[in-house]
Amino acid sequence: MAARRSRIPATKYPVERFTLDNGLRVVLTPDRSAPVIGVAVVYDVGIRSEPEGRTGFAHLFEHLMFQGSENLEKLAHFRHVQGAGGTFNGSTHHDYTDYFETLPSNALERALFLEADRMRGPRLTEENLRNQVDVVKEEIRVNVLSRPYGGFPWLTLPPVMFDTFPNAHDGYGSFDDLESATVADAADFFRRYYASGNAVLAVSGDIDVAEATELVERHFGDVPARPAPDRPDFAEPDLTAERRERYTDALAPLPAVAAAWRVPDPVTDFANYLPYVVLAEVLTDGDASRLVERLVQRDRTVTSLGGYVGFMGDPFDVRDPTALLLQAHLPPGGDVDRVLRTVDEELDRLATDGPTDGELARTQARMATHLLRDTDAVLGRALRMAVLEQQRGEPGLLNELPRLVGEVTDEQVRAAAATLRPQRRASVEVVPGAGR
Amino acid sequence: MSETERGEMTVTVQPRPVPPLGPNRRLKVPKQAERRLGNGLTVIAVRRPAVPLVELRLWMPTGRTHLARGTMLAQTMLSGTESMTSVRIAAELQAVGGGLSAGIDPDRLMLSGASLVTGLDRMLEIMADVLTGATYPNGEVATERDRLVDRIQVAQSQPAHLARTAMLRRIYGTHPYAAQTPEPEQVRAVRPAALRKLHAERVHPGDAVLVLVGDVQPERALDAAEKALSGWTGAGRTGELPPAPPLEPGPLLLVDRPGSVQSSLRVALPAVPRTHPDHAALQLANLIFGGYFSSRWVENIREDKGYTYGPHSLVEHSVAGSVLIAAAEVATEVTGPALLETTYELGRLATVPPKPEELEQARQYALGTLQLGMSTQAGLASLTSAYAGSGLRLDFLAEYAARLAKAGVDDVAEVARRYLAPAGAVTVVLGDAERIAPALSALGPVRTEPARP
Repeated sequence: MAARRSRIPATKYPVERFTLDNGLRVVLTPDRSAPVIGVAVVYDVGIRSEPEGRTGFAHLFEHLMFQGSENLEKLAHFRHVQGAGGTFNGSTHHDYTDYFETLPSNALERALFLEADRMRGPRLTEENLRNQVDVVKEEIRVNVLSRPYGGFPWLTLPPVMFDTFPNAHDGYGSFDDLESATVADAADFFRRYYASGNAVLAVSGDIDVAEATELVERHFGDVPARPAPDRPDFAEPDLTAERRERYTDALAPLPAVAAAWRVPDPVTDFANYLPYVVLAEVLTDGDASRLVERLVQRDRTVTSLGGYVGFMGDPFDVRDPTALLLQAHLPPGGDVDRVLRTVDEELDRLATDGPTDGELARTQARMATHLLRDTDAVLGRALRMAVLEQQRGEPGLLNELPRLVGEVTDEQVRAAAATLRPQRRASVEVVPGAGR
Repeated sequence: MSETERGEMTVTVQPRPVPPLGPNRRLKVPKQAERRLGNGLTVIAVRRPAVPLVELRLWMPTGRTHLARGTMLAQTMLSGTESMTSVRIAAELQAVGGGLSAGIDPDRLMLSGASLVTGLDRMLEIMADVLTGATYPNGEVATERDRLVDRIQVAQSQPAHLARTAMLRRIYGTHPYAAQTPEPEQVRAVRPAALRKLHAERVHPGDAVLVLVGDVQPERALDAAEKALSGWTGAGRTGELPPAPPLEPGPLLLVDRPGSVQSSLRVALPAVPRTHPDHAALQLANLIFGGYFSSRWVENIREDKGYTYGPHSLVEHSVAGSVLIAAAEVATEVTGPALLETTYELGRLATVPPKPEELEQARQYALGTLQLGMSTQAGLASLTSAYAGSGLRLDFLAEYAARLAKAGVDDVAEVARRYLAPAGAVTVVLGDAERIAPALSALGPVRTEPARP
């Protein structure tokens, strides 16, 4: 049937932007519907920027930012946030590192103080470094080494697709590299990358803009000015011949495969990038999507399937080079070649015939729900706006995303599908080492 | 702070005080509307207009459901109706920005989803079609059966899953809570006819609760639910669960998983339901022990000793009983020391009253996170549904907040003594027995068994 097209709704979160004298960029987005706030500080440094011989350093350094700062003892940060009724965390991505809190709104000034204090300088000590190297090693054991499919595909596919160290290396890091890290490395890393000019602060939720502006100036105004370092060019040429690797996962009971194709520059070529974001959903979102219907329901060659843009699954927080990924888990004895061949066949069909009547519209409606649902969380707005400001100077894009996704056309999706050819594909296969 | 003072700071660093908190915002519990339909279904609607979406949770009690059949029921419920195939159901939901998924545990079958608010009527209509006319088609059931078996096999390769399975078996014995994941062979034996029968017996509106939260006037949401779901009728078994058995402390259960690079440490302690007079104080005691990052246990075994990444302890509420579970994945070589510190921290809280500032910090966290949990449509929907599943309504939040505000050091010390004492703990450790048994045996009696799904 010809699907009724749902009107794609929009949000109207207000956006205030300004830059302090020290170069810190600030985004405020008030919404007084609940008495809570989100505070996010995003530094423009991530996995791609860590030096050779120091794999995992950006993430290790993220841990060190919680170990005390100019006016705060170790443990004080956690206690001040949680003792205000809030929650906190940080995370390290390919292109940025974020630090964030969600709090009742009466803790606004405290949260700003805490973030400003560590922007002035964390307490980098040998004892804290050794302690956090141990903690990070346990994190890697939990998430990678003792988990079936650990690091698949976000750690195991980049080295197949990319040739240069920044793009290809293991962002969690080797134990050797982590253990070799020194306090001097950390101090250098902080001086270079954790500069006021390299950071964005975003505050969302139950705030008064004038009051929040004054508090931001009070606490961040005297953070010493340091400029953003030059961002190196991480570009790599596209693949011209298929790349395929396989490895045995001793814990995995069943085969799996992931495939990736390069996509246009997410920032400088957004108009041509967006159709790939939509394409990933057309292919894999739910039982009515192309590949789930074909591979899971009809052929039964796959038991679960996912598709997304960006190695960590978020299409709106990455820079070039990045990729559209498909990942599939197969039944016992499953045939990876056959799965890849079927994917090629379905991509061909989409590239030839375009989406069916209503296929794109329903996918776009569902994407709108997902985007809106993420922005309902006060922290989701702060984090996303901070990254959009950092990478694009356009935090208000958050309000526009559902509409822009909705404007992608059948022809754009068809054209995007036509570029996902086998000779541009990098794939990695997990051979089950724990088969019964 | 004056400009002069600021200028000096760049030369000599003087300590800056942490700013105080502003006045506490009183907990505002959102208003709900509620209606019991003619077919017995309870519908609760809450308005939060933040984004133009609506969240849906349908709780259907399913105590004492055959494990494999129940799990398959959830896996295949959306696989087809008289009028729609599984693909059609998914496509029609997508068209209104919607999606539904089904899940089951020993307490309830749950349908949950969200859609654009303009799609509420359509989502309810499709859900009604599923509830009244799911057909469990042979082909789809066969596909989903294989998928479920594969998923179980993957789960069984995960240490956290194996540790939880061993813990549930140890603490619940013969109670229905003891086994929550079916064996692959049991799943393979489930036929479509059994699913149709189970659906007819157990998927009925009588004791079910539907929660709708979003950018919609509550009365309008209730009307929409009534219109779509009045035709859902029928009654059947409800399956009352017996009360969960009390914990029976005994030797540490060491589940052998040779070659493990980490050990999964699990400690179960007694707990009480949300409405129990001790509940608020127990929540605070749990926070002080290990329930948040700024707890004694996390500061000890992570931030001081580096044994682990993410230790946490949590009071888990189920219909038939509550239990407190502390969990940590620790490096194999420090398994003994990690257990020692765990027992020490439990024993210390059970015998020495907490410091007033520790209690205040935990209290602020408990009260603050109540606000945070209610600040999204999805959070509010899940909270409303969980409360309704245990017979409560959102207004209980105000009472709970008042109890949290009132609990004093003596109250917390008293519940810690009664519930957190290591003498009352049931401990399970999954790991490489050859390497960790010597240290664990030094701390107390140990019983070893092989890892099994």
